[in-house]
Amino acid sequence: MRSATSLDDALRILRDERRTPVAGATDLYVALNFGTLEQKRFLDIWAVEELRGISERGDMLVLGALATYTSLIRSPLVARRLPMLVEAARQVGGVQIQNRGTVGGNIANGSPAGDSLPVLAAADAVVVLRSVDGERRVLLTQYYTGYRATVMRPDELIVAIEVPPVEGKQWFRKVGTRAAQAISKIVMAGVRSSHPRIAFGSVAPTVVRVSRTERVLASTGDIDEGAGVLAEEIAPIDDIRSTAEYRLRVATNLLRRFWAETS
Amino acid sequence: MAAVGSSVARKDGIGKATGGAKYADDITFPGMLFGRTIRSTIPRGRIRSIELDFDRTGFTIVDYRDVPGKNAVDLMSQDQPFLVEREVRHMAEPILLLAHEDREKLAAARVKIEYEEDTPLFDPEKSEQVFKSIDIVKGDVVAALARADVIVEGTYRTGHQEHIYIEPNGVIAVPEDGGVAIHGSVQCPFYVLKALRCLLGSAHPNVRVIQTETGGGFGGKEEYPSMIAGHAVLLALKSGRPVKIIYDRVEDMIATTKRHPAIVRHRTGLTRDGRLVAMDIDVLFDGGAYVTLSPTVLSRGCIHAAGPYRCDDTRIQGRAVFTNTPPNGAFRGFGAPQTEFAVEVHMERIAEQLGIDPVELRRINALRPGDRTATGQILRDDCSAHMVLEAAVKRTDFARKREQYKGTNRTIGLSLFFHGAGFTGAGERNLKSKARLELTPNGVRIATGSTEIGQGTRTMHAQIVTDALGIPYEDVEVAQPDTSKVADSGPTVASRTCMVVGKILEECAHELKEKLGGLSPAEYYVRNGPLTVERMYEPPDWIQWDDNTYLGDAYATYGWGCDVVELELDPDTYEARPVKVTAVQEFGRPIHPALARGQIEGGTAQGLGYALLERVVMRNGAMANSTLTNYTIPTTLDMPEMDVVMLENPYPGGPFGAKGLGELPMDGPAPAVVNALRHMGLDVREIPATPELIAGCRTIA
Repeated sequence: MRSATSLDDALRILRDERRTPVAGATDLYVALNFGTLEQKRFLDIWAVEELRGISERGDMLVLGALATYTSLIRSPLVARRLPMLVEAARQVGGVQIQNRGTVGGNIANGSPAGDSLPVLAAADAVVVLRSVDGERRVLLTQYYTGYRATVMRPDELIVAIEVPPVEGKQWFRKVGTRAAQAISKIVMAGVRSSHPRIAFGSVAPTVVRVSRTERVLASTGDIDEGAGVLAEEIAPIDDIRSTAEYRLRVATNLLRRFWAETS
Repeated sequence: MAAVGSSVARKDGIGKATGGAKYADDITFPGMLFGRTIRSTIPRGRIRSIELDFDRTGFTIVDYRDVPGKNAVDLMSQDQPFLVEREVRHMAEPILLLAHEDREKLAAARVKIEYEEDTPLFDPEKSEQVFKSIDIVKGDVVAALARADVIVEGTYRTGHQEHIYIEPNGVIAVPEDGGVAIHGSVQCPFYVLKALRCLLGSAHPNVRVIQTETGGGFGGKEEYPSMIAGHAVLLALKSGRPVKIIYDRVEDMIATTKRHPAIVRHRTGLTRDGRLVAMDIDVLFDGGAYVTLSPTVLSRGCIHAAGPYRCDDTRIQGRAVFTNTPPNGAFRGFGAPQTEFAVEVHMERIAEQLGIDPVELRRINALRPGDRTATGQILRDDCSAHMVLEAAVKRTDFARKREQYKGTNRTIGLSLFFHGAGFTGAGERNLKSKARLELTPNGVRIATGSTEIGQGTRTMHAQIVTDALGIPYEDVEVAQPDTSKVADSGPTVASRTCMVVGKILEECAHELKEKLGGLSPAEYYVRNGPLTVERMYEPPDWIQWDDNTYLGDAYATYGWGCDVVELELDPDTYEARPVKVTAVQEFGRPIHPALARGQIEGGTAQGLGYALLERVVMRNGAMANSTLTNYTIPTTLDMPEMDVVMLENPYPGGPFGAKGLGELPMDGPAPAVVNALRHMGLDVREIPATPELIAGCRTIA
């Protein structure tokens, strides 16, 4: 484990050595405890203060990669611009996890059940990646290439998430295995506007935007038709937490609830 | 002021609150090694070869050939080996033991085991190997069914349940004086002692077992600690050094016991106006791969299978069978939560089919003093089925709410239940439990093998002795259970620690008081030196029990309960969320009201988890969701408002009128939840009633 105290420092280390960045370590410690952690070399970026802030730049809401769930919950800016992210952050783990877990970490970990990911996908959020060679921006929906696989290079670091203005009513629902301290069996975020934007977690190897469903809802406004398309568009699986059948049925129920509550 | 009946400070409170209490993993000994268990990775087959693929420097390695006595856990049957010799019967079965002083080296050691695999048997209904069968026959059920107006049938299923004590299983074996001492997280030190004597044989006569502070048991540390203690002892004797084995959560969940899954079938005859005329009940328990305690779990399950109801013609047939899964074992309620779930859901279905109000159906049939139970026991005045039912119905305004919630997302349901306290039948007589009081320079010391596992043993025993002796509560101390120093008061199980061991202590205190002749303990000690009083338990003389026919007085007394659960169903996610539970329970008299309330609250929470959340996913005979993330017990946010009502109906044979309480609260929540769901039109006959199950469940026309 090495520690970086500045962003430049971190990027130089990542250029020279293969290391896995670690922030709150809330996912990493779980893997370590189970003996399933493959990586051996780490870079602790927790002290890189410049990655911590939440701000507005132009019309973008900028979330530093190290913004914790607690800071998202407490931020008036996030509450005003992206209330569904506050809702998602509140439902992550317990207070200890909320204090340590970061939005950048949630993206980097890439679990399809990550609670913040549908929110960011529905908000058309952009992941800002930086290396010593420069910076690039990738839409979150194009960031994942498969189960826990991403476009990020080993020398890059997630430095921020940029969220453009979100027009329309925001909606979020997490369905966990119990009322708190739970992993999502299905999680949905939606934005109701002339072109609705809808994303699901835990129904595919990555977080997904259901673009066919969105298009049908945008063009017809018919929720029955939308629910029918959704059932064809997602193909969840059985696992130790739930079943494909349940996930499919609840996904369409959530879509209908979203539509009814945001009309 | 009397200690009994008031919520005095816990004897173990300060230590636990300040972190001073020492649990097994807090304790180290000089030169101590850490132990690790190498386990089977197939559910059934034979070992072909074992290859140690690591540098053996500093390792102690033990296999079955290192057993000096008998390679069998001495429980009801000696069929379970401490270490597999050749034949593997379940996943995670112990094969080899390793010890090393460096935990990382220990964890890194690789052992390759090759097997010849056989086809495993996982379905108890297909098992032909019966560990125990029980037939309880009262009257003539066939004739009674033939003359019944109505017959209602049903099959009910319950799943595994994991104990989730907060402290996993763990022990330390320490060689001493030509023998060995075990320090560990155990419920029953004398069970461990018995098992170690069998394991070690005559070569090692000096064995003792000391209970360390224990973070919960719930039955999960009743029989299992014999296994882990045996392993630590084998490593300690071979290495000549202390050896600590502490399971992590995953190993604890994969390898140790769980509640028996059950399939219970009812065929019930009734008159048109709702009187029970015949109950024909078939109980099937999945015992897992070895006998362990399955016969007695089945016994208690069968005795409670007809519920707290009167029916002259009853037949209860039970079987506990073999499957290739880790052995199932003791768990709070000990078979009764399974069978009482079945009968209570069945009663609700009967009410529905007869068009009778479910409360009225229970009023018609619930046991009263003078009635005979399924085993033919004539109940005495301490039978309170009607008392708890009426109190619960009134307190919750049940009838009005039931009507009011119709057609909404809210619903209400209840369950009526009972639980026998102490060992079954002649069990307490055969146990010959003893308890001891020893004078100290300042007061008295309680010296029993009864363990404090969070439930309040030390405090409650001290209260009983305080009042029986008439000395200050502070002057009563409680010895740490050490089998070489305390009396064998029997296992800390079966809701017997207050009622049975507490009773012996009360009698010890009376005898001691007489011997003190008016002096205080301190005065007596100064004048005459030490004094010890030891007595043996005398069960009530009227208890008659026939172990062959299973007829007679199954238990000296019973606790009674009625749970009312109100819940809301989420129409989008099918999550059933309890919003209020009213638990009305009668258990003689609470010795310590706060602790008693805690038992009811905790047992009710555990019961709600059993009903709704706690699903053990078995894959190829092993628990696939063996983490606290994926095996979900209720959090505070899952728990509803709880209204606990403690009613009193003293039992003359218990200390200060107390009956057993520990298990009773576990029996009621699951059927109350499912009966509430039924009132909403959901035909649930199985637990856990997860959202997935509810989503796919048939609705009642």
